[in-house]
Amino acid sequence: MSDPTSESVIHDIGFRHYDGPRLGRGWAFRSLLIETLRGCYGLGRPSKVKAMPWVLTGLILAPALIIVAITIVTGGKELPLSYTQYAGGMWLLIAMFVAGRAPYAISRDLRDGVMPLYLSRPILRRDYVLAKFCGVALGVFFYVAAPIVVLLIGALLAKFPPWHELSAALGGIAMAAVLALLLTALSMVLASISRRKGLGVAAIMTTLVLAAGFASIMVAVLQLKFSAERAAYAAMLDPFALVSGLGASWLGVAPLNQGGKPDGFTGGLVFTLVFVAIVAASLAILMRRFKKEGGV
Amino acid sequence: MAGGPVAVYGEDVSIISTHALTRTFGPVVAVSNLTVDLPTGVVGLVGANGAGKSTLIKILLGLIPPTSGTASILGFNCLTDGLRIREVVGYMPESECLPLDVSATEFLVHMARMSGLPSHVARERAADTLRHVGLYEERYRPIGGYSTGMKQRVKLAQALVHDPMLVFLDEPTNGLDPAGRDEMLGLIARISGDFGISVVVTSHLLGELERISDHLVVIEGGVLSRSTSTADATQLSGAMLVEVTDRADDVAARLRKKGANVAVGARSGTFAVELTDEAVPQWIVAIVADLGVGLIRLQRRRHHLSEIFVSEDTASTEEAAHV
Repeated sequence: MSDPTSESVIHDIGFRHYDGPRLGRGWAFRSLLIETLRGCYGLGRPSKVKAMPWVLTGLILAPALIIVAITIVTGGKELPLSYTQYAGGMWLLIAMFVAGRAPYAISRDLRDGVMPLYLSRPILRRDYVLAKFCGVALGVFFYVAAPIVVLLIGALLAKFPPWHELSAALGGIAMAAVLALLLTALSMVLASISRRKGLGVAAIMTTLVLAAGFASIMVAVLQLKFSAERAAYAAMLDPFALVSGLGASWLGVAPLNQGGKPDGFTGGLVFTLVFVAIVAASLAILMRRFKKEGGV
Repeated sequence: MAGGPVAVYGEDVSIISTHALTRTFGPVVAVSNLTVDLPTGVVGLVGANGAGKSTLIKILLGLIPPTSGTASILGFNCLTDGLRIREVVGYMPESECLPLDVSATEFLVHMARMSGLPSHVARERAADTLRHVGLYEERYRPIGGYSTGMKQRVKLAQALVHDPMLVFLDEPTNGLDPAGRDEMLGLIARISGDFGISVVVTSHLLGELERISDHLVVIEGGVLSRSTSTADATQLSGAMLVEVTDRADDVAARLRKKGANVAVGARSGTFAVELTDEAVPQWIVAIVADLGVGLIRLQRRRHHLSEIFVSEDTASTEEAAHV
């Protein structure tokens, strides 16, 4: 029955079989995670996909580079902006990055119907969700942490006390990790609602901007009736303020604004529990969302 | 688990085996009490939409558990060994399933890794497999710009890239034009014949499966209607359609004299000969040459698979009625 006419050349090469090891589920999980991370920065994609993440990366690195340059040239004694404050100051850029990347990671798979291909591989459904989540979280973490690393390198070049700078920068990087997890949790859930990437982007952006505005208004209003510490609980509505509050509680760094410092140990604990609850709930929702996906 | 297929191609060894397999979705019975053994080679799975083909494939891939009954594939238990099965089985879904903004190469490397292949092997095999399905320079361009035929080839390639022992191809000719259809069928025949990978291919077009299948399974409403080797199905009422320029009656008469069963058609110059003897085609050629008439057509008329549904008697009546 085989009647290769145009493929007669291929026929001659012959099909080679593979006898080597098959690395199984862990390797497949890792491969999906890395592919998702690459997708976050448009690697292996056409240039129009690369444009947005790299423009945003340039924009978030630029102020850090300028700060470093000025500090070194003017011979300043410390960085004008601390490691832990940088992310808060750049919140709009970070929001834009997340709003683009989370939908890119999952809406695309939903729209193009790629799920059946993943499900026919040696992974479980929850591996898919977790690998996608971790891939995006890692992408966002790199985005938030990169300027902190630039600041640290600048501080070391400026011959600031290295151990002091290193421990301070580690605090900033830890907060970047927490922020990445939190933003990924929120944005992945929003992105998974629609197969259309544009809707996901709009939903995430709107949510983050409204949350920031709403939280600061709530804090201001509550301060009229309660103490500043009590009012600070309202800051949890904004993911950036929540992470800032966690930093203020556990690392003792200055919060984003005066209203954002949690009420002592209890406040710190509540902030932490809220953070854990959001991430856990997000994963649970995503697992549920993808339970029926892929036509099985 | 590494190595070639467990059974030598063409041997009558079953690679898929189900026993009393049943799957219900609420009140809907998708697969009902299905007991079947499928051999190596190309197995055609025929059934209308909703007949339970896709459900069967998903059970065999270990993606959904059956409500009752057992199934095994390549010696693995479909209920417990899903991950092992999916390492050595390929699946080409019926639906659109390709990401549009990556190149075929990029995508195939990723899919090979997802099947457990180390990176360097994944890269090598991605390039090889794309060549085998007939994609060359275009494999570096994003899939979004591909034609339907090229996309089908990429879908096929992702099912083969990890060198599976068995592939499930769900309606692989869907949406293709006649030329593309022929090429796809040719490729499928090569997967089994040249690559030594067993194939389970579904289609609702019976004629297609007749061309390439070694074995045929018919499912209707989740119930096994027939499981038979294609050779058996086509041998029984094979016939030769003959058209000559002149003296058709004389040719037919001489064939009858030799003991052939001849049915004369409505159109003059045309008649059908039942292939009761392997020598029938030679008789025809000899007689035509002897009488000095021109032979316009000598065409094997295979028993159409649609006729498997009706009984042998009706089939032969219909066969005669056609002529």
